[in-house]
Amino acid sequence: MLTFIGRRVLYMIPTLFAISVVAFAIIQAPPGDYLSTLVAKLQAEGEQVSRDELQALEARYGLDEPFHGQYWKWISGIMFRADFGQSFQWNRPVTDLIAEALPLTIVLSVTTLLVTWLIAFPIGLYSAVRQYSVADYVATTVGFLGLAIPNFMIALGLMYFMHSAFGMSVTGLFSPEYRDAPWNLGKLLDLAGHLWVPVLILGTAGTAGLIRVLRANLLDELKKPYVVAARARGMGERRLVVKYPVRVAMNPFISTVGWVLPALISGEVIVASILSLPTTGPLLLNALRSQDMYLAGSIILIVSVLTVIGTLLSDVLLAWLDPRVRLGYR
Amino acid sequence: MPPPNERDPLLEISGLRTHFSTREGTVKAVDGASLTVPRATTVCVVGESGCGKSVTARSVLGLIDHPGKIVAGEIRWHRTDREPLDLAALSPTGPELRSIRGREIAMVFQEPMASLSPMYTVGDQLMEAIRLHKEVTKDEARSMALDLLRRVGIPRPEQRFGAYSFQLSGGMCQRIMIAIALACDPALLIADEPTTALDVTTQARIIDLLRDIQAETGMSMLFITHDLGVVAEIADEVVVMYLGTVVERGGVDEIFHDAKHPYTKALLGSIPRMGAGTRQRLTTIRGNVPHPSDRPSGCPFHPRCGDAVPGLCDVEEPPEVVFGPARSARCVLHAMERSVR
Repeated sequence: MLTFIGRRVLYMIPTLFAISVVAFAIIQAPPGDYLSTLVAKLQAEGEQVSRDELQALEARYGLDEPFHGQYWKWISGIMFRADFGQSFQWNRPVTDLIAEALPLTIVLSVTTLLVTWLIAFPIGLYSAVRQYSVADYVATTVGFLGLAIPNFMIALGLMYFMHSAFGMSVTGLFSPEYRDAPWNLGKLLDLAGHLWVPVLILGTAGTAGLIRVLRANLLDELKKPYVVAARARGMGERRLVVKYPVRVAMNPFISTVGWVLPALISGEVIVASILSLPTTGPLLLNALRSQDMYLAGSIILIVSVLTVIGTLLSDVLLAWLDPRVRLGYR
Repeated sequence: MPPPNERDPLLEISGLRTHFSTREGTVKAVDGASLTVPRATTVCVVGESGCGKSVTARSVLGLIDHPGKIVAGEIRWHRTDREPLDLAALSPTGPELRSIRGREIAMVFQEPMASLSPMYTVGDQLMEAIRLHKEVTKDEARSMALDLLRRVGIPRPEQRFGAYSFQLSGGMCQRIMIAIALACDPALLIADEPTTALDVTTQARIIDLLRDIQAETGMSMLFITHDLGVVAEIADEVVVMYLGTVVERGGVDEIFHDAKHPYTKALLGSIPRMGAGTRQRLTTIRGNVPHPSDRPSGCPFHPRCGDAVPGLCDVEEPPEVVFGPARSARCVLHAMERSVR
């Protein structure tokens, strides 16, 4: 087991290196840089930027250096000083910006994951054990609706409904009075009061998907000879189902742990923008639009690192739970 | 212990009908099968694939998958000092049948590897079988389990105890399954083609093991197989099934040397023989087993029977002709012979 984990950790190093290069290269790929965006903006406001000024700015931001020079400047800062560089757009250290958005993003994604599991698990289990029952059909219908309706539609619908029915605004994660307040119990409760809306919206598709996966897996497992064999030795149905087929059907729950974060950040930018959530998704979107390369690159890098760690975690969990994985079956 | 009475029945199946209602119509997998398993006896059920052998065996323990159901017949289970119990009348999910499964009647299956869950060690599943029916502590169950593993001929049982099914060979897994079946000293062991998935040498070892255990414990065995070689090895009595009905019953010697039913004769005729000459073509039974939803009228075997009498076999259900207490055949030829005599 320790060798397994050790080997997996070693594999992470080249993976992360490759990710950092690719992330940086993709951000650099579109023509222009932050300065061209800035100049365009200044010009639109009627200001002229002289060539000298431009060169001074380029030198200041290090934008006159070649690609590998810029990459080295960025990555060495991260590796040796935990310094992710300066955000051009916000004129603040990237580290500060990420430190604000990332914890909330993680709280949101972990909560979404747990809620998804809590809802999907019993429904999927029931759907499989009582296949073609009324409740199974209801779960299936709701599940497909959840999969089919885009999340931002649900977000807009919910916002409209809450506003017209209760006069409530469901955007953001904090009420205005707590937004810039330091952390205390009131702020925590306020967060809990706001969190359920994005969790519900972001969780629908995942819940629906997991219900389908669990149901399909469990239906396969319920027909396996070891289920009949356990029944033949006099085991009660309820205990049997939980001990044998459910154990196997659990695997997709665990193996998807690692994907939660990237899905939340890349896939749910629209929802986060609509609900004006202070998470990394909208931050990344803005950074990309204004070619704020250190900010964008750092967000992508950090999310990738978390994804790789998440995948490692789910692999370790899977190996711990499933002897076939642990003992290298086939 | 009094010597076991030869005709002292342990399990009596009479007129069993197990049907599967599908969208395409009712599949009569077992349609009026009757057989008796006496105490301390091995009864082999033989027949081609799809003749209802397995469904008959599974009906005994109520292990029929949806949409199958026992629609008629009795499965009388004779317990010592107690009234016979009709297993067919019990709910397949109820506690009565559950208390019989594994304790009084145990079962061994066709695919040993798949019959063990890969998520738990074989020792865990063996201890579970013990603890389901016996009030013992974990440690007691563990030492009982190790004894069982030793008894079914597993070398180094302490090591094998912690192994997973996918780390063991098919033969080992089947030994584990037999150990699980023996956990509570059942009066009847149902073996549903326990050697079909194994290679020939392993088959022989498993057959020997089952025969030894049967002799040692005096339990009865209901052995399902399509392999007449296995039947010759292990059976005391033989039940030949065709399309969900029993066509012939008899002692193992009577079946092999004095088969009455044309189907039994045809089955025996299709065994390859040593010294029959390499150029000799193997005799086969004409045609295929019809699908149970498409059952021929009259005698189900008549379209494939060389001795079929037109106008009789395709019209009339053949009567059961009884030759002795455990000897009968379901064929008009013998009925006619009888009436002539």
